[in-house]
Order: sequence, then C-alpha cells, then structure tokens
Amino acid sequence: MDAAAFHQALQSRFGEAIGPLEGGLEPAIRVAPAQIVPVCEYLKKDGASAFDCLSNVSGVDYPKRNEIEVVYHLFSYPKRHACVLKVGVPRDNPTMPSVFRVWATAIWQEREVFDLLGVVFEGHPDLRRILLPEDWVGHPLRKDFVEPTEYHGISTKRESML
Amino acid sequence: MSLGGYDVEVERPGGLATEEMTLNMGPQHPSTHGVLRFIVKADGEVMREAIPDVGYLHRSIEKIAEKVGYHGFMPYTDRVDYVAAMPCNQGWAMVSEKLAGIEVPRRAEYCRVIAVEFNRISSHLLSVGSMGMDIGAYTPFTHALREREYINDLLEELCGARLTFNYMRIGGVAWDLPPDWVPKAVAFLDRFEPLIDEYNALISYNKIYVERLANVAVISAADAVDYNLVGPNLRGSGVKFDVRKDLPYSVYPEFQFDVPVGRGEMGTVGDSFDRYIVRINEMIESCKILRQALAGVPEGSVLAKVPRKFKPPVGDAYVRIESARGDMGWYCVSDGTEYPHRVKIRTGSFTATSIIDKVSRGLMLADLIAVVASFDLVAPEIDR
Repeated sequence: MDAAAFHQALQSRFGEAIGPLEGGLEPAIRVAPAQIVPVCEYLKKDGASAFDCLSNVSGVDYPKRNEIEVVYHLFSYPKRHACVLKVGVPRDNPTMPSVFRVWATAIWQEREVFDLLGVVFEGHPDLRRILLPEDWVGHPLRKDFVEPTEYHGISTKRESML
Repeated sequence: MSLGGYDVEVERPGGLATEEMTLNMGPQHPSTHGVLRFIVKADGEVMREAIPDVGYLHRSIEKIAEKVGYHGFMPYTDRVDYVAAMPCNQGWAMVSEKLAGIEVPRRAEYCRVIAVEFNRISSHLLSVGSMGMDIGAYTPFTHALREREYINDLLEELCGARLTFNYMRIGGVAWDLPPDWVPKAVAFLDRFEPLIDEYNALISYNKIYVERLANVAVISAADAVDYNLVGPNLRGSGVKFDVRKDLPYSVYPEFQFDVPVGRGEMGTVGDSFDRYIVRINEMIESCKILRQALAGVPEGSVLAKVPRKFKPPVGDAYVRIESARGDMGWYCVSDGTEYPHRVKIRTGSFTATSIIDKVSRGLMLADLIAVVASFDLVAPEIDR
C-alpha cells in the first residue's frame, strides 16, 4: 500500500481529523493532535497497514507558521512498507497525546522531542529531559533559542586565540 | 528459593531481612562503552531495575547541522558514531542527495560500499572484542584489535584518517581508491577470513563465555520491534531484516550475501549470545560483499558535479541505512537555503538503550555488563 491508500483509508474512518495528503519526496498524512492515538492504533492493528514499528519521531520548529510539527515515520516489518504522519501543535502551547501505548519505543523518542523542542506529551509515563541536564533552561532546537552565556559558572564563550 | 530465574539458597533463621539498595554505575565506568550511567536498584546481586541515564556525551550535533550547512556537516557526522563513521557519512550524503535529486556515479557507490563494509568489520571486531573483555577474557580483545588495526591502515590509505574519516561527499566520495589498494584489500580478506574460525575457537564457543551469555536478557521478536531495536540486536531476536537487503540502496542489490539471524544456538532465540554470534556471522557476510565489490569496481568519476552553494529544494526526506549498529534513520528538512532547517538522526544505540530498563529486571548485576556489551552500545551515538 502507498501513502494515498493509507490516506484514503484513514479519511474514510476518521474524517475531519485527517488533513489533505501532503506531497513531496515522501507524501505525509496530516493528523489532528487529538486523534493521533486512535489513528496510530488503527494503523498498527489493521491487517492491511500493520505498522508494528515506529521508526522515528522527530520534532521540527516552524516559527513562521507558529507551529511545531511532530513527524512520525512508521514502518511495517510484515508488509515492508512505510508511512509518514505529521502532527502540528501550536508553539505557545505544544501539547499532544503520547503514543507510547501503541509503540514502546515512543517512550524514549518522545522524551527527546520534549527535551529538545518542548513538546509536552500527555499521558507519557516518564516525561523528563533525556539528553540535556535536568536544570537546563529552554529547548535548543527551537529556532528562537538563545544560547546561554554560561552554565553553572562555566562560560560558553571562548576568546579567540589569534 | 528462586530469584529472577536463579536458584539461590538462602538460610534465614528468624527471618533475615534483605534490603533493596540503589547503586550508581558510571558514568565513568570501563564497561559502559563511553560515558553512560545506570541507576541500579538491586536486592543483593539481583537487579530490580537498571535505569539508564544518558546525555553525558550530548554535543548537539543536530543543532550544529543547522549552523554549518550541508557540505560543512560531513565531518560532524563522523562524530555521531565514531566506531563506525563511514555509515554515518553515507547516511548524511544520501539524505542530502535525496533532497536535491543527485545521481551518484557508480564508481563512487562502489567506493562507499567498500569503505562502509570495511568499517562494519572493524566496528564488529571492536564490539566482539570488548564483549570478551567485559566478561573477563582479555586475550580475544587483543586478537580483535590486531585485525582492526589492519583495517584502519587500509582506510587510512583510502582517506587519510583512521577513525573519523570524513571520506564521503554529497555526490560521491572525496578520494578515488589509491593505486594498488585493491590487491592489498583482497590480501587482507584472504588473511582475515580464516581468522574468524580461529576467533570462534578461541572465545565464541568457550564454555564459560557461552554460560555468561546464553539465556541472558532474552528479547522476543515482538519486543524487539516494539522498542525499535535495529540491526544485529533485531536480527538476534530472529527478525530477518537488513536495510541493505530489504530496502535496498546504493549498489547493494548487485551483491550476493545472506542476512544472519539468531537461532537460539546456545539457549533461547534473542539472548545475548544470539546478538553476539550474529555480529560474528555478519563479518563473514561483509567479507563476501567486499570480495564482490573489490572485483567489480567500475571505471568512472567518484564525485558528481554538486554546486558549492548547495541549496536543495524545499522539502523533507527520510533515509535509512544499515550502519554497523543497524538501521540508522536520517531525517532532514530543507527550507531551500544553504542550511538545513532540521536534521534528526535516529540511531540504533538510542533505541537499544531504551529497552535496557525492561530486560535488566531480575538479572544479576554482573549480567548488566554482558547486556550492554551484547547491544554494542556506543555512548556518543546515543547522545549525539
């Protein structure tokens, strides 16, 4: 099955929650944040799609659209096909449900998105910073992140040796 | 009584109280393969849980990508996984080429495959060698490292570096194969292939070694997929999936090779021994690929014409390659400028670390070392 077929199947089932199919190198299906868990559950359980693996979760900041996009790359080992889901959440209140009950790998991958972009995954069992220290301020992969000049008294600037 | 599958004789006259202890392991610990920390809750020698604490080696490589541009990011990809830097080079080159629609010359693809497969062998050698050392056998480590040095010599001749290669470019590779390099590479394979049997005789089927690994940290195929384990860790659980074979890229479809999977040879399918032996068998397969590739390097250029001001059209691409640690995902978003809008690298070590908490429950503390080694974790790859 290809992206158009998944899109059609999802649209007939979830209606308004599924946006138009986005073209490009890898067509992506836009999903409303509130419906992401049922959509993922359906895509995993349905025999025709059988997406048993969440290959990648990434967050992308789009300040111009005032949106953080969470991108899910799904993969199916039995069917050997892939699918891309995109969920947009507002930058000032980036909150959406966690899909950890569908795929266990989401626990760590969502933690990373939370750490670096500040997306809050509701219902996540362990939403802590993962790569950065717990007392770090801000989310560095946001485009408006300003690098702090020091951390615990250690300067992040270095004088030119020349 | 039985504690986590181990029969333990405990005499408790009048009820001897046991106490759960919280122990810190790492981040500076020789067996954690880099800087990796575990917070272990243990009752005696049996772990209740081992929670990995990662991030000590976070160098914000994804953020750097947004600042240095497409060509400039290539040397940084070496640092994502410095034990197997070639596949990282290839991942970045491939995702950039996919965004811009660049065709890579066939000779360059051959150079890439040769470099990557040599790197895969050297990475697996370090993995199986350090696994022996972690478990208490020092000699196999020196044997493995000796062969790894020869591969480093070959790769040094190819690109000038022994660890962080910076060999590939968007559109091809930086250097052509040096003159008389191919016979040297074939001579290495002639010498190396019989050594794998020697290695098996020395350590793989050693009784103590097998006892330490067999039936330890068994991961079912369903769990492996659920936690997105990749590469040898996934294949150790019996899932026959290799990106080179199942989502073919580069010139891999032109080569004959098998995909080794765990068969529960010494215990249960998906135990630490299976993950180990899959790596040994993969080295044999890499040798097969290398022999075919070295015999058939086509003539031609090794670098496509790529503008210095590299501006791929607006869009995003996701590329998966088979690194030494398995399926590595490269996601890149282009906004049409010289600098990528976002780069995400999903690495095999990251997802493998996420399952440690689950599999470590009920194991002996000493087995945690074996588990970490069997996953072939490379800490900088977890943290990026």
